[in-house]
This record gives sequence, C-alpha cells and structure tokens, in this order.
Amino acid sequence: MSTMQFGIFTVGDVTTDPTTGRTPTEHERIKATVEIARKAEEVGLDVFATGEHHNPPFIPSSPTTTLAYIGAQTERIILSTSTTLITTNDPVKIAEDYATLQHLVDGRMDLMLGRGNTAPVYPWFGKDITKAVELTIENYQLLRKLWSEPVVDWEGKFRTPLQGYTSTPAPLDGVAPFVWHGSIRTPEVAELAAYYGDGYFANNIFWPKEHYIRLINFYRQRYAHYGHGTPEQAIVGLGGQFFMRRNSQDAVNEFRPYFDNAPVYGHGPSLEDFTAQTPLTVGSPQQVLERTLEFADYFGDYQRQLFLVDHAGLPLKTVLEQLDLLGEILPTMRAEFDARRPAGVPDAPTHAARVAAKAAAENEEVPA
Amino acid sequence: MTRIVALAAGLGEPSTTRMLADRIAAAAAAAVGQPASVEVVNLREFAHEITDAALAGFAAPRLHHVYDLVGEAALIVVVPTFKASYPGLFKSFIDAMEEDALIGKVVLLAATGGTARHSLVIDFALRPLFAHLQSVVVPTGVFASPHDWGSAGESALQSRIERAARELASLLAGDGSGRGPDDEIDLFSDTMLSISRPD
Repeated sequence: MSTMQFGIFTVGDVTTDPTTGRTPTEHERIKATVEIARKAEEVGLDVFATGEHHNPPFIPSSPTTTLAYIGAQTERIILSTSTTLITTNDPVKIAEDYATLQHLVDGRMDLMLGRGNTAPVYPWFGKDITKAVELTIENYQLLRKLWSEPVVDWEGKFRTPLQGYTSTPAPLDGVAPFVWHGSIRTPEVAELAAYYGDGYFANNIFWPKEHYIRLINFYRQRYAHYGHGTPEQAIVGLGGQFFMRRNSQDAVNEFRPYFDNAPVYGHGPSLEDFTAQTPLTVGSPQQVLERTLEFADYFGDYQRQLFLVDHAGLPLKTVLEQLDLLGEILPTMRAEFDARRPAGVPDAPTHAARVAAKAAAENEEVPA
Repeated sequence: MTRIVALAAGLGEPSTTRMLADRIAAAAAAAVGQPASVEVVNLREFAHEITDAALAGFAAPRLHHVYDLVGEAALIVVVPTFKASYPGLFKSFIDAMEEDALIGKVVLLAATGGTARHSLVIDFALRPLFAHLQSVVVPTGVFASPHDWGSAGESALQSRIERAARELASLLAGDGSGRGPDDEIDLFSDTMLSISRPD
C-alpha cells in the first residue's frame, strides 16, 4: 500500500455553516473528527492527520489523545499530525506522548513538526516567538536524542538541562517515529529536514504552486548534499484541497457559499480566480484526479498526498460524501501515480519498512 | 537600458495624479540621457487584485506582473492626498508586496492635492513609508495643487519636475545605497549552521 500514501489532514476549526447559520459545538466537532478519520480508513485512505491549536475556534489541543482514540477504532490507517508544535511544546513531552502513541497503535503513526504562527501561543506557553526558528532546531535536536539514546545528558538555551534522563517508553522496536517537517517560508526548516533525511511537507493549499516549489527544490538539493540519496529520492509530502460532486457545476454551486465565507481566503478572490491560481479544485471526481496528478509534474514524484476536506463549516454529512467520492477515484489515482513513478523514487515511510531497514543495516555491520 | 515605472495611485478617471505621473515619467526618461523604457501603471486598474492579495496573501497573475515590473525598475510614486495621507489602495498595494522588494531602490515621490496646504503629505506620509521600505528617495518631492497647472517661472511645476528627474537620473548613475533585495538562501547564517552542528 505504501508506494505513495493518500490521506486527509484536518485543521480542526469550529466554523459556522454559512448556508444554515449553525455552528457545531466543540463536542460535536471533536466527535465528527473521529468519524471522519474512521471514514477515511473505510474508503481506503492511508493517512489521517490532525493539526494542533491552542486557541478558539479550533478543537485539537491534545492530538495524541484524539489519535489514540481513533487508533483504537481503526486497524490500518496511519495516524499523524499537521502539525505538532515543536516550538511551544516541551520536546521531552513530545518524545513521551508520541512514543506512547506509537506503542498503542503498533507503529501505525508518524508526526509532522511545525512552528505554529499564532503569536499569543508562544507567550502562553512561556516562549518567545522571535526565537521560533532557534526553538525549532534546538527542540528537534533534543527530541532526536531522546528517541535514540537510552540515557540523555543535555544542555541547551531554551529548557532546563537534563542529566541522566531516560525517555519512556523507548520507541517501538527501537525505531523512532518517522518525522516530517512542515514549512512554506522558512529555509531553515527545509535544511533541518534535509540534514536528518526526514520528510518535508508543503501544505500546498493557500498559495500558487510557485511558493512551494522553491523550498521543495531547496530541500531536495540539500537532502542530496547531506548524502541521503539523490534529490529525487528525498521524502516529500503535499497538501491539497478539493470539493467534488459527480457533476462539476453542482460542486461549484454547492461549495461557493462555503468558499466565499471561508476563514483565510473568504471575501477575497472569487472561487474561479482562486481555483485557477491555487491547487484548490472544485468540480467532478475526474477533474480532481487530473489536477492532483499534475502535482508530480511541478514538485517531482512524491510520497504523501494529504487533502483538506473538513473545513469552512461544511457539515459532517457532506464531508463524509466527499470521502466516498475520494475513495472512488483512489484506485485510479494510485495506479496513475505509480505508472509515472520512475524507479529509485522511494516508497512512503512506514514503521514496518523502517524496522526492516534497521535490521538490514545491522546485518551489514556484523562481520561475516 | 534604464527601466522606469511610474505608479499612479489616483482613483479618479481622468486623473490629475495620472497626468503628473506621465509628466514626471517623461522628464525622468529625458534626464537619464540614454535609452530608457518608461511604463506608467494606474493602480485603479488593479483595485480588485490588490484587495484579493491583501486577503489571500498572494498576488493574482496581473498584479504579480506589476510587482515584477516594479522590482526591476526605478520607481516614480504619485499619490493623491486623501484625508491627510495617501489612499488606502496605495498602502494595500505596498502591503501586499514582498517584504524587501524596495530595499535600495531609487524612488521619486510625488503627490497631488486639492490645495497647496496639503504639500507636506510627501514629507509626512510618503517619506516615512519609504524610509521603512529602505528605498533611496530622491531629495526633491514633487507636489502639485490645482494652481500649479497654471504656474510659470522658476518655481513652476515643470521646473520642479525636471529638478527631481535630474536627481533621479544622478542617483541611478551611482550605486544607490549599494543594497538590494536578497532572494538567496543564506546557508552560512548562524542558525543555518547550527542545524548541521548539533551539540
């Protein structure tokens, strides 16, 4: 299943449905998130990822709680984040929380780290936003240490030093969760991903593709520079968004009020301009299929495609219908991406594959 | 070839601001004394794109093209005076630009106003803005009130236009501030280097 992974990522916004004026309660939104994740597995998707926010109108403040709950109700889907705040969370707690999740779901998880750009969250958690990049680097270096060294002595600029600290539980099978780094502006984050051979994710939602191409190319070059493989072998993930109905005009008519009132881009560009200028596709399943396949032309063959489907106040029923339609085009999408994929482009990362790679590497080290 | 772009931020049509922009652009092209390309951009024609860019965070292709033009040229900015300052549309145009787009750029400032009492708008509204943007601003600002279109002699509008144009040409002939926007990723900054040197 893992040549390329397809899935959905949620921001977790509580938004009024502009067509009915109804706003879901936090309770309803949290439960809907679980139902959406279960549906994602049911229609054959590979990944469900949730954002992390610490302010209204968002509900996902405790991602591992939600992901573990979803993990208990699913069997196959990989649970991830979009993103986990590496700046304001204590890396020690990230190491513990996500290693625990990894054990509970038998390795069926990974995580995506990001800075977070809600200014007050930094002071609320005792951090300085002007140090966001430095926090990202230092915290991630500590996180890696906690997941790879049994006993950690550590000293940095931003947190209490650690002497003789052991992070528990240790990662499952001695293999740390795979890490993606999400960023669309900051070359340091691409460099961090490249240096460690981690994945790099561009959200690919709000802006024209040119914004994302530059940093993805930079990441690919630096990935090769650090000796992890060729630029084409770097691990890239992309976002995307769509709204589809069997008849494309139905999709446009139904989605327009949600688009026009959406957080972020609402009351700005027209639906027509925005779909022409950004990766948003509103139309038939065939149109969504064709537009998504084009991503590989712009960004190179890649490993993970996540779509945003539950936002802007769309009712749960509609979101579930979107997932049904996505499920219908998914086999063709997989086949078409596979068909165009050159040999040597790595498969999307899974725990099983990483355990096998580790075992293979250890065998090589043993003298015959 | 020297490239000059004049931004006319008048909202009316026809516009005195546009008229002033045309005159300054022509004078600047003449003052440069070598082949120059001159383009006058009427911001009014991009009003929708500017608002969209303010809300969506990126410029539509037509507006993007204007930003590209501006990035490669010396700039003449001509604004009408609205409520003691430049129009909001002009500020939104500047706000939606890349942060460092005008660093080191040679800029001539001009304004129109209903009476001569608004003439300090250049020094009290425009200059601080371009100081923030770190542009190299031509010393002479050109302000035109209705009277100026009928003035004559040494202090006439046309002589001030020509003086400002000569200053612009002179600054263009030098190295400006020696600075410009830097699109390159700095691989050797302290933060960047700290990534490959953990501990």
